Amino acid sequence: MQPAPASKVRAPRAEQIILFRVGGQLFAISSASVQEVRSVDSLTGMSQEVPRSTVRKVRHTVRRGDSTHYVVNGTVHFGLPAAAASLVFFLRHTPTALLIDGIEKMTSMTQLQGLPQAFCHEERDWYRGLTALDQSVVPVVRPEGFLSVEELTLLDTAVQEEAGKSQDGAAEAGAPE
Amino acid sequence: MSIVTEIALESFVLLRLGERRFALKANQIAELVAPSRVFRFPHHTAALEGVLLRRGRIVPVCDVSERLVGKKLTMRRFYLIANRFWGSHRESVALPVSGDCELITAEMTPRSESDSPHVAGWLSHGGDVIEILNLEALTPGPHAARSNTAGFQPVEVRA
Repeated sequence: MQPAPASKVRAPRAEQIILFRVGGQLFAISSASVQEVRSVDSLTGMSQEVPRSTVRKVRHTVRRGDSTHYVVNGTVHFGLPAAAASLVFFLRHTPTALLIDGIEKMTSMTQLQGLPQAFCHEERDWYRGLTALDQSVVPVVRPEGFLSVEELTLLDTAVQEEAGKSQDGAAEAGAPE
Repeated sequence: MSIVTEIALESFVLLRLGERRFALKANQIAELVAPSRVFRFPHHTAALEGVLLRRGRIVPVCDVSERLVGKKLTMRRFYLIANRFWGSHRESVALPVSGDCELITAEMTPRSESDSPHVAGWLSHGGDVIEILNLEALTPGPHAARSNTAGFQPVEVRA
């Protein structure tokens, strides 16, 4: 008698995630979405103020290579109590640098449940879904959800206006009398 | 009992919110569970408190008492997990209730034009006239949402 063939049970694929806190609240993000993690202190001297930002959660930009990242205050974005940020995530595929309290740990998730349809406002843009970890539920953020197209347009305009003023000022200063 | 009367009877679950009772069609009820931890995270859907983790499923918690009786429940005895539908899509929602639930059989009186949208109909039981709730109108969902159809099925993540 032939032995029964071993059943092929496909193990669920896992995704590496980083658990982090903003305003004390725990979130998760795919580690593939994070290009770099830096301390907030290291931004000193690298960041520039956005003086007329109409996007309350963004007050600074950071220039990295050819690209400008907008520094998003995570507590303002999520409407959480203000907390001192110690780290910043530079995110991939979006010009966002996210201020966070700190990293809790790195782990993996095998199931991501879409946000229930009952949640029907901005949070649908904020989160890819929810995952259950250690008998707890953690929202998994969508990297592109921190800045909407409208917010990016407003910020780009503010930065360009500021750059134009700086150039005008430099030209006036250098003009012959 | 005549055949006609039998056909008109339906099963309902009576739920208690403070001093008042309401009804849901029994075929909408998934289960009645003891209070468990509500996981909260930032969002802007005011009617929702957070989510429950129930047998690996994540179920949104919606306290409908404020809308129905004018104040939030001070004591929660159970969560009544009910199903609501958007087209062919079904989703569970957990409703906190303050007392025992009861399965009854009664005749439903259809709603009238003057009834609130959350009223699916009426029934008479134990001398009370009880509202039968329309969960789709009572709990938040895509009808109030902006156009965003991001996945609502449990999915295996893409590595």
